[in-house]
Amino acid sequence: MLELLLRPAMENDWISFDVPSLIQNFWSATFDGLTFGAIYGLVALGYTLVYGVLNLINFAHSEVFITGCYAVVLVLSSLGFGPSAPTMSVGLIILSLILALVAAMIVSAIVAYLLERVAYRPLRRRNAPRLVFLITAIGASFTIQYTIYLVRGANPEPAITMFRTSPIFDVFGTLITDQQILIVVAAVITMIATDQFIRRSRTGRGIRAVAQDPDTATLMGVNRDRIIVITFVVGGIVAGVGALFYVMLVPSGVQYSGGFVLGVKAFAAAVLGGIGNVRGALLGGLLLGVIGNYGQILLGNSQWTDVVAFVILVLVLLVKPTGILGTSLGRSKA
Amino acid sequence: MSETTPASSDNAQIGRRSAGLPPAAPMNSAAPVNSAVSVLADVDPHLAEAVAPDREIAVEVGENLVEVKNLTVKFGGLLALDDVSFTIKRGEILGLIGPNGAGKTTCFNAMTGVYKPTSGDVLLEGKSLKGQKQHNITRLGLARTFQNIRLFGEMTALENVVVGLDARHKTSVIGALLRLPRHQREEKSAIERGMALLEFVGIADKAGILSRQLPYGDQRRLEIARALATDPKVLCLDEPAAGFNPAEKEELMVLIRKIRADGYTVLLIEHDMKLVMGVTDRIVVLEFGRKLADAAPVDVRNDPRVIAAYLGEPEDGTA
Amino acid sequence: MSMVDGPKVSAGAESARLGADASSVRTTAKGTRTQRLRDRWNDLTRPQQWLWLIVVVVLAYLLPVLNIPILTTAPGNDWPLACFSMASFALIAVGLNIVVGYAGLLDLGYVAFFAVGSYTSAMLTSPDSPFLHIPYLWTIPVAMAVAMFFGVVLGIPTLRLRGDYLAIVTLGFGEIVRILATIIPAMKGQVGFQNVGRPPGVAADGIPIFANSNGTPWYWLTLTVILIVLLLVGNLERSRVGRAWVAIREDEDAAEIMGVPTFKYKVWAFAIGAAVGGLSGSLFAGQVGFVNNQKFDVQSSILFLAAVVLGGAGNKVGAVLGGALVAYIPLRFTAIADYKYLIFGIALVVIMIFRSKGLLPARQRLLAYGHQAYRRIVGKSDPLSQPPGALPPSVDPGAAVTR
Ligand SMILES: Nc1ncnc2c1ncn2[C@@H]1O[C@H](COP(=O)(O)OP(=O)(O)OP(=O)(O)O)[C@@H](O)[C@H]1O
Ligand SMILES: [Mg+2]
Repeated sequence: MLELLLRPAMENDWISFDVPSLIQNFWSATFDGLTFGAIYGLVALGYTLVYGVLNLINFAHSEVFITGCYAVVLVLSSLGFGPSAPTMSVGLIILSLILALVAAMIVSAIVAYLLERVAYRPLRRRNAPRLVFLITAIGASFTIQYTIYLVRGANPEPAITMFRTSPIFDVFGTLITDQQILIVVAAVITMIATDQFIRRSRTGRGIRAVAQDPDTATLMGVNRDRIIVITFVVGGIVAGVGALFYVMLVPSGVQYSGGFVLGVKAFAAAVLGGIGNVRGALLGGLLLGVIGNYGQILLGNSQWTDVVAFVILVLVLLVKPTGILGTSLGRSKA
Repeated sequence: MSETTPASSDNAQIGRRSAGLPPAAPMNSAAPVNSAVSVLADVDPHLAEAVAPDREIAVEVGENLVEVKNLTVKFGGLLALDDVSFTIKRGEILGLIGPNGAGKTTCFNAMTGVYKPTSGDVLLEGKSLKGQKQHNITRLGLARTFQNIRLFGEMTALENVVVGLDARHKTSVIGALLRLPRHQREEKSAIERGMALLEFVGIADKAGILSRQLPYGDQRRLEIARALATDPKVLCLDEPAAGFNPAEKEELMVLIRKIRADGYTVLLIEHDMKLVMGVTDRIVVLEFGRKLADAAPVDVRNDPRVIAAYLGEPEDGTA
Repeated sequence: MSMVDGPKVSAGAESARLGADASSVRTTAKGTRTQRLRDRWNDLTRPQQWLWLIVVVVLAYLLPVLNIPILTTAPGNDWPLACFSMASFALIAVGLNIVVGYAGLLDLGYVAFFAVGSYTSAMLTSPDSPFLHIPYLWTIPVAMAVAMFFGVVLGIPTLRLRGDYLAIVTLGFGEIVRILATIIPAMKGQVGFQNVGRPPGVAADGIPIFANSNGTPWYWLTLTVILIVLLLVGNLERSRVGRAWVAIREDEDAAEIMGVPTFKYKVWAFAIGAAVGGLSGSLFAGQVGFVNNQKFDVQSSILFLAAVVLGGAGNKVGAVLGGALVAYIPLRFTAIADYKYLIFGIALVVIMIFRSKGLLPARQRLLAYGHQAYRRIVGKSDPLSQPPGALPPSVDPGAAVTR
């Protein structure tokens, strides 16, 4: 009976392991994966920060990110960018990109701020159970997504090409483009900056104090609400950075629902690196990007990346729920 | 998926008890401090009977019911419990005292399986509890209350107690789904025994009120009733009088004496030295995770080391 | 894990409103409209309550036939089919309510179980499927069992995790099921399975009674299923199972320490919830007659959640109402159908902030014979004191000794 049931499913080899292809494309898969992983890492940072101080999965962070993407697209298309590479001077391009970056950072930060004020703070005020927070978070995510849908429609935004990419290195027979280097370097810099902010600044100390022990922090004179707002805003700003590079890497990938799957993967990255850990977010992102890419090539279908990311998430949670670098935002000493 | 517990008696019929095991009387020989006669004088005998423990205990009154052996618990670098050993004898009220942060709650947590001890062992009736799941430890007979009240807020007082009673119930999911006879029997007896327990701790008239709406003192009492409902061999109370005024404390101590007189063994954490002296038969003193003393209340009171440990803490200090 | 720590008794209007039992309702004098309604309900005698219930049930059965002008979804949408849609959402909400409302486990991938049920029925009846074929009605229990199996398989690794991890893992799981339905050739992706089976029976004119276009019999079937499920879920609620679930929701660690095998009961909640999800998926597949990978997106999971929350998490009757509403609103007000996700997204946030108990805030009744005990308190000041002589103390060994 079971045999009869299962045989038809087994006859079609829906899963295959294309090892030669993986070996052949190993280095390009690695570099592509790192580039994508850098973006996961930037988004993961927002999850990690909020989780660190509130112990809450901010499901709406993917929408904080996607609104940043819309800001990038709208700013750049109004500046004359389109599907084909721009013809303007290099200086002008750089200026435009900076403008788009700033716009994305501001928009994402505002969305994150509003989210905190409108949705989460009232719940904190009345000490709502965790389940209530989670449901609110998912509701907020849904609300933002479909607000975008109503304003911009279901179709992806037209592609934006920021500049003509050109290869600059040749590593193991694989060309590395300037774009890939730019993205990874920018992600690393953003991460270091955030890390330093949390370790060294006064506000950062406040964030760590709240992450470690909210009650004691409040007793010591830390304004908890202010710290939480700042945490959301920082997460939003970093998501804005991620937005610029996401549009750079995937020119036509901006769609109202586009944040969702990326958000789940970014969260997986945060958990992989150790949720609540700033450096872990980037590490987890890079790892997840690379592993997902290997999986995709090995299994021969781009849909598998999502499955691979999910399986990794579950495995990490089961085997080492604290992730690679450990979970604590509070305990990362200055 | 129904599991069997090592309980010897089916408590579907409340009040059924092996006639050869009178619960209260003989312990007076082992615990001369308070006579059960006077303590239970004002308790309805029927009620005392309905609340009394309902299962066989493998050791005799006055013998070691629980042995804590070289218990050590580390949190990172912090040694919260350092090689602590003591015993709890059946029928006694053992006090566990010590300054703030001495490791009293940690000791409870290690005994009841909340923390895995770094080393050492806890024996109940001579059997190790090592590796047992928390809910199994409760079923085996170690029940506790919490220092910071942890009731099920959206349940009524009675329902909270019945959750405790469920620890000894055997209805399976299927049994409940189809309302099989055992389910009905257990539900009926749960109401009886649950109400008896609430009556015993003095809050029966509030059985239908959500536990989070109860006054603070009643919440503390409900925690005790809920723990008693699991039919424990040892009842562990973690600062049950915290936040009480002296009069309320006195009432609570009367309740604790009543509980013991009804046949239970009690382990009591309490900050207030004077109170502990009044109810306990023996006291274990912890300081910085180490056992400082283990003696009768009078001796503990006169122990210079204990006095030193408590120096700076007012004798009737409340935490 | 919930935040019931310390003596901070959160008093105030909110808590007063929630007292559901006869006694507490009486002690808290003021109340909202829903509470007064419940108060009046509690004051009815048992036969009166039954009478009302019968009236409601009869009306529910008549719903597709009556076609009341202001209620109807026609002409935009066929009314009996709309009724079926409402019933199937209601059934889903009842199932999800077990997981979210009782046990407090946030399952954001519930659609996966619905999908498993749908595919099971489709693949065991559709001529497009190479599998073994069995009569449609037999696929319903099979679908429940398969969904239950998936629930357990997903639950065992993930239910050991903290609650919020569970939310994201289930969210991912929902997506995975959809992706696998696309990738695995045997699941036929977007092509899907046509001509899914239906219950037997042919009307006088030769058309099957359970034709795809005929909503009324499907609605009746689903309504009957709902009533049975409600009855069984009610049994569970008023038993140690329901108490274990609510204890886990309120404070998981404390529940474990009070002797509740929390993991086991969480898996049960997941499994039973999944079974109900599979059941509704199976009915859905039968009515629509076609199953492919397009119907099981994350959005549906969120809508299901909205249904539970709207009705009042933890209240099975509320879940029925919430489910029916979530299905009804876009069908009735077709002008706003495009906005439905937005509306229900906002609804989730607004309800959580302002009325986290939903439209029908009712507490679970967790004792099979609770009313007896509570009535006793209301009647007597000293509920346990026996009439003198009812039990002579000398008969009682324990009492004799204590004297
Ligand atoms: N989960 C934990 N992680 C780290 N340290 C802990 C933990 N639980 C307790 N401690 C530490 O262990 C020590 C003993 O704590 P414990 O709560 O057992 O003390 P206590 O004797 O119950 O004090 P109190 O009278 O204040 O209740 C304290 O220093 C406390 O900070
Ligand atoms: Mg303590």
